[in-house]
Amino acid sequence: MKKVFNNAEEAIFDISDDAVIMLGGFGLCGIPENCINALVKKEVQNLTCISNNAGVDDFGIGLMLQKKMVKKMVASYVGENAEFERQMLSGELDVELIPQGTLATRCMAAGYGMPAVFTPAGVGTEIAAGKEIRNFNGKDYLLEMAFDADFALVKAWKGDSMGNLIFKDTARNFNPLMAMAGKITIAEVEELVPAGALDPNQIHTPGIYVHRIFEGKNYEKRIEQLTEREPA
Amino acid sequence: MALDKYQIAQRIAKELKNGYYVNLGIGIPTLVANYIPEGMEVVLQSENGLLGMGPFPFKGEADADLINAGKQTITTLPGSSFFDSAMSFGMIRSGKVDLTVLGAMEVSENGDIANWKIPGKMVKGMGGAMDLVASAKNIIVAMMHTNPKGESKLLPKCSLPLTGINCVKKVVTDLAVLEITPNGFKLLERAPGVSVEEIISKTAGKLIIETDIPEMF
Repeated sequence: MKKVFNNAEEAIFDISDDAVIMLGGFGLCGIPENCINALVKKEVQNLTCISNNAGVDDFGIGLMLQKKMVKKMVASYVGENAEFERQMLSGELDVELIPQGTLATRCMAAGYGMPAVFTPAGVGTEIAAGKEIRNFNGKDYLLEMAFDADFALVKAWKGDSMGNLIFKDTARNFNPLMAMAGKITIAEVEELVPAGALDPNQIHTPGIYVHRIFEGKNYEKRIEQLTEREPA
Repeated sequence: MALDKYQIAQRIAKELKNGYYVNLGIGIPTLVANYIPEGMEVVLQSENGLLGMGPFPFKGEADADLINAGKQTITTLPGSSFFDSAMSFGMIRSGKVDLTVLGAMEVSENGDIANWKIPGKMVKGMGGAMDLVASAKNIIVAMMHTNPKGESKLLPKCSLPLTGINCVKKVVTDLAVLEITPNGFKLLERAPGVSVEEIISKTAGKLIIETDIPEMF
């Protein structure tokens, strides 16, 4: 069972039109840069993308939007790019906004083999429309379904040839959950090491969840809001 | 005189207790971090996966992998920990976060809050707000008392799409501190130099005034 691929282009070989793809990351932090670039080069069409955000105009998922590759976006916070806004308002892009915690938990449910979860987020708001509500111990909860994604594209800090992953700082975010949830999970890592090089105690995502792994190249790791403080 | 945003943050910081885990929303709420009392231990939770959020980094020390929920570069503190987004909202939903401070466009007299969507204008999404208001033990709203058109933001019922219902406990504005009670907004304090009459005139929701209202500072 060979999991190691040479690069993103080879790892995404079977991603085709109409696929449902999860992409890790929070803002621009921890996004699968190499896979996004490879998808853009491949010009796959009609994608449904599940990701917390939609990147900025010229980076992240924004690159896919520029090429009009995305038919539907499922996210919790969007609109940091003008092309996204234009496509959404014109109706070219279908956008489903869901609470961030619900997004995370629907990924988790898929990865944990649970068909659905109950969450209080959104009770009494417009996102409760059409959803089953149930009361537990005096509090209302909405029934939310586990996601069903063909591919999960995740970014990790280190990984080994068996697909074990370690994440760094806040670049972790949705990546471990999406890694568990994808029917096919493709992981790009900054440093790929042989099995045995990583301490089993340190592993965040066990390799059973990862089908393909490659060492990424040329990470830009763009900072969205560089914020610094003056020395005392 | 009406408070500025720093003073609103300063007043909210008086609600902090030692040992509290706190989530601060984008905007005025983030400023509360600057007014944590000396010697008080407060752990800031950043919903993108960090407990123990520290100050902004010094020039040249920013790390692209270390940001807060507002996408700003930050640092960690002794005792910080990282975790994934499901655990992050898990600790919020299970009531481990003691206090949430967030902004709002409207708050109703029974504690509904609207802070994510203005129909007809660009809708950016609710982010973590719906989870936070549905789960937190203690929710304080930091906002201006009126909107740029001079209309009250404290209403009998919210007109904008809701973020959550029956959830806000306290509101701190540039004019007043108010508590949400079963009978409406109860006025607790007024900004220094601001009259009760002015607060009444700018509060559209039901306002309860039981006593002499002291100044905040």
